[in-house]
Amino acid sequence: MKNLLILGAGTAGTMMANHLRKQIDLNQWSISIVDEEPQHYYQPGFLFMPFGIYEPADVVQPKKKFVGKGVEYIQASIDRVDGDHNKVLLQDGNELPYDILIIATGCHPAPEEVEELTGSGWGKDVHEFYTFEGSSKLAEAMKGFNGGKLVVHIAELPIKCPVAPLEFAFLADWWLGQKGIRNKTEITYVTPLSSAFTKPTASKMLGHMLEDKNIRVVTDFNISEVDHQAKQMKSWGEESVDYDLLVTVPPNMGSEMVDRSGLGDELNFIATDPHTLQSKAHSNIFVLGDATDLPTSKAGSVAHFQAEILTENILSYMKGDALNARFDGHANCFVESGHNKAILLDFNYEQEPVPGTFPLPGIGPMKLLRESRLNHIGKMAFRWVYWNVLLPARPMPGISPHMTKLGKEIPKKPKQPNAA
Amino acid sequence: MATKDILGKSINVDEEGYLTDHSQWDKEIANALAKELNVELTDAHWKVLDFIDRDFKEKGVVPGIRRIKKVGNIPTKELYELFPDKPIKTAAMISGYPKPASCV
Repeated sequence: MKNLLILGAGTAGTMMANHLRKQIDLNQWSISIVDEEPQHYYQPGFLFMPFGIYEPADVVQPKKKFVGKGVEYIQASIDRVDGDHNKVLLQDGNELPYDILIIATGCHPAPEEVEELTGSGWGKDVHEFYTFEGSSKLAEAMKGFNGGKLVVHIAELPIKCPVAPLEFAFLADWWLGQKGIRNKTEITYVTPLSSAFTKPTASKMLGHMLEDKNIRVVTDFNISEVDHQAKQMKSWGEESVDYDLLVTVPPNMGSEMVDRSGLGDELNFIATDPHTLQSKAHSNIFVLGDATDLPTSKAGSVAHFQAEILTENILSYMKGDALNARFDGHANCFVESGHNKAILLDFNYEQEPVPGTFPLPGIGPMKLLRESRLNHIGKMAFRWVYWNVLLPARPMPGISPHMTKLGKEIPKKPKQPNAA
Repeated sequence: MATKDILGKSINVDEEGYLTDHSQWDKEIANALAKELNVELTDAHWKVLDFIDRDFKEKGVVPGIRRIKKVGNIPTKELYELFPDKPIKTAAMISGYPKPASCV
């Protein structure tokens, strides 16, 4: 009996377990999945909790419920991967040997990485919404917010769901308007990047939204520390931003077990082949989801598309065949823009977000890079799709893992010489 | 896409002046770009630029502040002393690489 071991039972790990259990011979292969946390969170819901659009119960289910029959579920903490000896060591002393390892241990906010961020105001007037606890606490703080300086901030990139902070700012603008206190609130969006939108077409088409919604943008801000007494963020460039309520996205880092395994970069992300999803360190280790170092978004849709590609490559690997399935960096992301509207983005490694329709050319029904109410309905409906279609690895007809150019308005431009 | 005259050579640049073809870059170009950005390049500056060059070749992106500190061994305080105004953008431009961007 050979062993296929999956580390992490979040979005990516669960999808892989369900794809593989249906396609490999379970008489020859055992599939096991390991996770230390019993709760599976619908993370897109964390954006909605502070505005009371979702309640905490709407976004949590037991992880084990979504791992189908034929897969051994192990609740345990991982110490490290011993890649040279094809085994994973658990913190309780047990060892899990593997023939194939899939690492899907994700990423998490690490607020301790910013000087004084978790000081006296943390959880009072300084919050994050990238964890269940953080988003729940922020929901309470928002109830008591009665105007002032609301600052939405990104500490460092990459973060998972890179548009979520913008969505938060857009939703806050709308929500505060509904509550009649938008006039009493200054919303400021603070980013280490040089603009809110960095890709040319998105920037051209959406850049005006911040100004239209009276959201001030502070760019090139690299946070050095937080002064909780003065309620001020300071930067290395000696700028400062005052706040009454600070909603920050702390630096996102990969699992510490990646560091203990000697597999991680400076943020504990794992060097991964961008197309085959094989780890660069060991040929029998594969990586997908937020745990990779790939130059595309860290997002559930990316994990979904990767899972389809990786399943093919794992099956090939088991037969000793070449890994022919290639991931193209495809990501498909909603951007909530307030007033029951949203924008949809569809892009990959090569192609920036452009206008068009999705998934069908002309028909859509979703609009790309434009606001629509139908996009928002799609986003809200997605919660059902996540639990009932995505996680169980049921087919999604009409949506390919590879980004399609059909239905997209791609400007023709002369081929540039490669900058690298 | 446009071109820019640097030291009598026609260099391919994007709308903001970042080089789009690294093969056109050399140390003289770097010095000329640095001068435009009010930076005088010393050995300490070149330590940063050399690291960016090595790292871009390996990773395909300009390293951020954390990577420059942890892997390049250049503390953030020193980075800001060498390139006081928007150090990553400035160093990326001088080293002939694209400025860091996100997915959107």
